[in-house]
Amino acid sequence: MLLQISEPGQSPDPHQRRVAVGIDLGTTHSLVAAVRHGVAECLPDAQGRMLLPSAVRATAQGRVVGHDALAAQVQAVGEVVTSFKRLMGRGLADVPQPERLPYRLLAGQGMVSVETDHGVFSPVQLSAEVLAVLRQRAEDTFDSALYGAVITVPAYFDDAQRQATKDAAQLAGINVLRLINEPTAAAIAYGLDEGSEGLYVIFDLGGGTFDVSVLRLQRGLFEVLATAGNTQLGGDDYDMALLDWLISQHQLGASTWDAAQRSAWMRQARRCKEALSEAQPHATMLTPSGEALGQVTLNEFAQVTAALTQATLQSVRQALKDAQVSPQDINGVVMVGGSTRMPSVRQAVAQLFGTEPLTNLNPDEVVALGAARQAHQLAGYAGDDNVLLLDVTPLTLGLETMGGVVEPIVPRNSTLPIAKAQEFTTFQDGQTALALHVVQGERDMASDCRSLARFELRGIPPMAAGAARIRVTFTVDADGLLQVEALEQTSGTVARVEVKPSYGLSDDELARMLQDGFNQAQHDKQARALAQAQVDAKRLVQATHSALAQDGALLPEAQRHALHQLANDLAAQAESATDAEALEQAVKQLNHATEDFAAQRMNQTIGQALSGQHVESIK
Amino acid sequence: MNLADNDFALFQLPLQFSLDQSSLERARHALQLRCHPDRFVGQGEAAQRLAMQWSVRINEAYARLRSPLSRAVYLCQLAGHDPQQTGSAALPHELLMQHMQWREQLDAAQGQAQALQALRNEVQSDQQRRWHEVAQALDGQPPQAQRAAEQVRALMFVEKLMAEISQQQEATA
Repeated sequence: MLLQISEPGQSPDPHQRRVAVGIDLGTTHSLVAAVRHGVAECLPDAQGRMLLPSAVRATAQGRVVGHDALAAQVQAVGEVVTSFKRLMGRGLADVPQPERLPYRLLAGQGMVSVETDHGVFSPVQLSAEVLAVLRQRAEDTFDSALYGAVITVPAYFDDAQRQATKDAAQLAGINVLRLINEPTAAAIAYGLDEGSEGLYVIFDLGGGTFDVSVLRLQRGLFEVLATAGNTQLGGDDYDMALLDWLISQHQLGASTWDAAQRSAWMRQARRCKEALSEAQPHATMLTPSGEALGQVTLNEFAQVTAALTQATLQSVRQALKDAQVSPQDINGVVMVGGSTRMPSVRQAVAQLFGTEPLTNLNPDEVVALGAARQAHQLAGYAGDDNVLLLDVTPLTLGLETMGGVVEPIVPRNSTLPIAKAQEFTTFQDGQTALALHVVQGERDMASDCRSLARFELRGIPPMAAGAARIRVTFTVDADGLLQVEALEQTSGTVARVEVKPSYGLSDDELARMLQDGFNQAQHDKQARALAQAQVDAKRLVQATHSALAQDGALLPEAQRHALHQLANDLAAQAESATDAEALEQAVKQLNHATEDFAAQRMNQTIGQALSGQHVESIK
Repeated sequence: MNLADNDFALFQLPLQFSLDQSSLERARHALQLRCHPDRFVGQGEAAQRLAMQWSVRINEAYARLRSPLSRAVYLCQLAGHDPQQTGSAALPHELLMQHMQWREQLDAAQGQAQALQALRNEVQSDQQRRWHEVAQALDGQPPQAQRAAEQVRALMFVEKLMAEISQQQEATA
């Protein structure tokens, strides 16, 4: 195993260019951003557009993503799918008002799928289509393969939703550097990670959803104290409220409109709202054919949408209450989402907190920009090395015990990564299997919590009831993803764990989707795999050499020499390799051979970390 | 320095109950900066696993030392007197009686802000007295872990009671 330990401020690999991007995979639209010349910026498509509508159209010829898919929504009902982020890691019963969606949902096993006129798709596949387009955009921009991406998820996303997001990235051929929470990304975009301490509110009003989070920042630790929101409230509702008012004002006879007419009127209402958001005192409302219908003042707009703005403030108050803080305790408010351009929304927020919200970054881009900054740092570029993102678990993880009661294992708001173990026993003589049900949520009864997975531990040696001691370990990684391991302690038997994710994709399903090779030719995939393996191998070789140069003294001469030789062999193999799998195997071998060395170096680093710090505090 | 070191050794803090919070914060931060998995992106699964182990260990130690109750429990455990292992018989009769009386008072005070506050004050002063004893027992020369463990055990009950009182008070407010 290899550890490359670089001093703060020092980039481990200055010569190799690594394209690392941030991706905001949103409900209505998605963006990709990267740090260029020290500044985070969003990457446009060939037509100069930053936003990619999160819409997929399935046709007989293949799939179309983005603007063209969205444009076909009215004419090709049954082919276009939008808002699929709401379906990620969800079962059919979780979807509110499925009949309101313009497409059909299929229950399936676990996660819901979408039925179009040209095939059935998992929300994971649809998200992967969007991600693949963004990956391509980044690779075209930099004319280089993507090294990896930081992808954002809502703070309240549970394990199944996070896993589904990561699966989608895998399908799209993207190496996920980290999943981070959207509010955390917004805070990073504003540089709040650089020394700001205190309480911040992230107010995120998008096209169709509203989220508010209260964050506590201290020493690079981002703690989500509370989140609240409304998954059915967004800018679209403002358009609708304006249109409804105009319908009654001008007696437009809306009852005779068909779907196409109604959406044409909605587009005009949106244009009118957007004009008003550019700090104009009034704007002209046009009919679908382009004639002037009348003037709308800022004041009138604020009045007809006041109930919506009030609803957002109600969620804000709820989040503050849950976090046990008052508006005066808040050090700053970050505005996210295009709908926060509306002056009436900004005013209402400023009034509640008694301070002007932060709005100098483009609210559509804030989350992607923050993710890009984080990606840049994770790819090893020099940044502020005193900053480390430590997220927390959004919900309690537990196991269902007798009577359906939840035994909490990892409490809510635990700093990640975390591992917790709990012992269980058998309750019948000769019992050889034990069923465990993992749930996530704050309620006492398992039936009120979210089911994550069911585990069956098999191969427990037969013994008297209560004699077996089965240690179950929950590990949650930095991305907030859970892993469960089990070991029978008295016999040392590793119980086999069979995972049945309740709302996720099984490994088999994911493998099959990868096989299907959506939007990606087979030879292309092999070439990509080989290129990736070569990059990995070269990186490992270089890091091994530099580790030996730095800390070779920790090893006896013979061992040092052997590692040198192995690294040189791998370097030669990487040059001439034609088979990705064989090369990956060789990388694994070198990784394995350096395991002890790495552990020794890590121990030394840990010791130095604190001695360095003590010197500093004496100074 | 290795994974099996005790929490205090890990953070290079003195093995005692009284703790400088800012030293703990600084040590945690310095260690996480060096060994968090984010520092080993792209360096292979095995490196990630090792970093993960360390990072988990540091978070675990930090959480345990930060809370006075878990820190006190841990110090007693290190000295061979686990407050969580003692049978209920070890709980002094006097404390059991006191506890039952408080529980009755809590039941009777439901929905009455004043009575709840009075009970809270009484329990709180008992709590403070016990914390003072714990600090003295653990940090005295020589440390008296067994004496501390008895008080810590009592405090576990008292903390639970305080949480219930707070809950009642919130429901009443």
